[in-house]
Amino acid sequence: MTVDETKTRYTIPVGPIHPALKEPIRLDLSVDGEEIVDVDVVVGQVHRGIEWLGMNRNNPIQNIYLAERVCGICNICHPFAYVMAVEQAMGITPPERAEYIRVIIAEMERIHSHLLWAGVAAHEIGFDSVFYLVWRVREEIMDLIEYVTGNRITKAMFQIGGVRRDITEEQFPRIRQSLDYYKSIFEQLRAVFLDDRTIRMRTRNVGILSTEDALKLLAVGPTGRASGVLKDVRQDQPYGAYADLDIKAITPDMLTGPVVGDVYDRIIVRLLEVKQSIEIIELCLEEMPSGPLLVEQKAAKLLNMLTKAEGEGIGRAEAPRGEVVHYVRLEAGRETLSNWKIRAPTYVNLMAIPTILKGGQIADVPIAFASIDPCMSCTNRAIVVDSKTKNTSLLSYRELHELSVEKTKRLEAELDS
Amino acid sequence: MEILSPEAIVESFKGVLGDSLVDSRIYEREVAVKKNLFRIIWISVKREAFRRAVEHICELQEYPHLAIISSADLGDRVELIYHFTLYYGNHLQELSLGLRVSLAKNDLKIPTITDIIPGALFTERETQEMMGVEVVGIPNNRRLFLPEDFPQGVYPWRTDETGPQDMLRVLPGRQKKYDSG
Repeated sequence: MTVDETKTRYTIPVGPIHPALKEPIRLDLSVDGEEIVDVDVVVGQVHRGIEWLGMNRNNPIQNIYLAERVCGICNICHPFAYVMAVEQAMGITPPERAEYIRVIIAEMERIHSHLLWAGVAAHEIGFDSVFYLVWRVREEIMDLIEYVTGNRITKAMFQIGGVRRDITEEQFPRIRQSLDYYKSIFEQLRAVFLDDRTIRMRTRNVGILSTEDALKLLAVGPTGRASGVLKDVRQDQPYGAYADLDIKAITPDMLTGPVVGDVYDRIIVRLLEVKQSIEIIELCLEEMPSGPLLVEQKAAKLLNMLTKAEGEGIGRAEAPRGEVVHYVRLEAGRETLSNWKIRAPTYVNLMAIPTILKGGQIADVPIAFASIDPCMSCTNRAIVVDSKTKNTSLLSYRELHELSVEKTKRLEAELDS
Repeated sequence: MEILSPEAIVESFKGVLGDSLVDSRIYEREVAVKKNLFRIIWISVKREAFRRAVEHICELQEYPHLAIISSADLGDRVELIYHFTLYYGNHLQELSLGLRVSLAKNDLKIPTITDIIPGALFTERETQEMMGVEVVGIPNNRRLFLPEDFPQGVYPWRTDETGPQDMLRVLPGRQKKYDSG
């Protein structure tokens, strides 16, 4: 009898609820011992029919607030892409000052989202002191967002044809103060994430997505860029004030040499993007043009224009997780949108999950899955089914997390001995 | 890879597809202070030439990005738009390309493109379950977002009798908004 015949293959459904991340998903893992041989992704647990509501219940202005609630973390990029699509469809151009304010808010969102992710990633490998450190550091940007917009989460800054609130000269010193704070601790963050041997051990050569796979599976955002795909809407087809700034897509080779496409590379990309975001906000503050904020002040008049308008448009925005696409069609005489399609970045990045997880170990699932920064997630309960005896056992999120923490400890002990 | 202008791209489609190219339109708008251009190409093709058109997009760039398939119920027809982006990786050079196919309601079939672009699988599965368009040759025929116990033959994005109207809850004191007859 060969060794292979004695091996038992298990199927582990992971999910659909995961307390550490934001939204539910189920992963059906086929495992051979510790090794993952196949993965099936099951989505749809939180399909809320937002597009349907936007086409049947809400008018286009109400849809801005619906778009804002597509995702709690990306609550800028969705209304950003949505208003751009509607502006295109009705043929209006937002004032230049509004374009700059939009970009400043969008970059603040990127800083807070990437820091949030960095904390979650540290937690997933059981490095909770880093998790606490990063989330404390993140409070600074949350305070700044609250100072500028009045809210920490749903900021309601966007309106079709502009923005609803100004960023004034008096606010600039407070904004610069926060940016200076991040610049002062950047080196510390870099050292924690990139020089620490525990993080390196758990993330180097884990969850690899090759450049070719990333291209074929349409990976976007930091997931794609960490695999060497030079794709960033802010660089390629810039919108808003990005069109004035010379933005370069960030790939890990800028820091380390060859692209591996593993979890470590995804950390590098996000870390460098935080730095890039700080630079973009500073540039926008310097070059912000003066002028009005809105094309049309009165919402009732704007709604009237929207009802009469006919046309279609595409809004594309680079969210912290990748490209968000909104397609909108307006029909003359109709109060609601006649078509609305949203593409969130995780939609395409999930296609890469089987490739990322295959060949890895169960203990690597939390960090490898978290590394695409999924906007929906898993791992609350995992049922282990023994395919030979059909026995079922439960593997809770806590146990899976403990497996991951144990692996970190084991590797550290091996290194010390 | 040679980067073509939007006009040259439309011309190349005309050369490849001939009469099967129904319509083409180039949209441009100026953005922010420097007035750089945001460009979209809209192309309508007949269904017979649809796969050839996708192959031609792959000739323009080896790995074009397919963002999403959007679909609209237009009464007696269903319109699908494949939203591509071309020439990413080049500053200010990227274009959006909307590839439009119109299908008659009594023949809702479209060939799969997952053999050309593997990442198209999710959006093809979504189009299939939500709009009731059969994707011929799709490697994975299961539902994507809808639960397994969702009734067969109901398509949430349709506005005709196969839409979800009968499943909508009418709140107390409200009128039923739709009448499916």
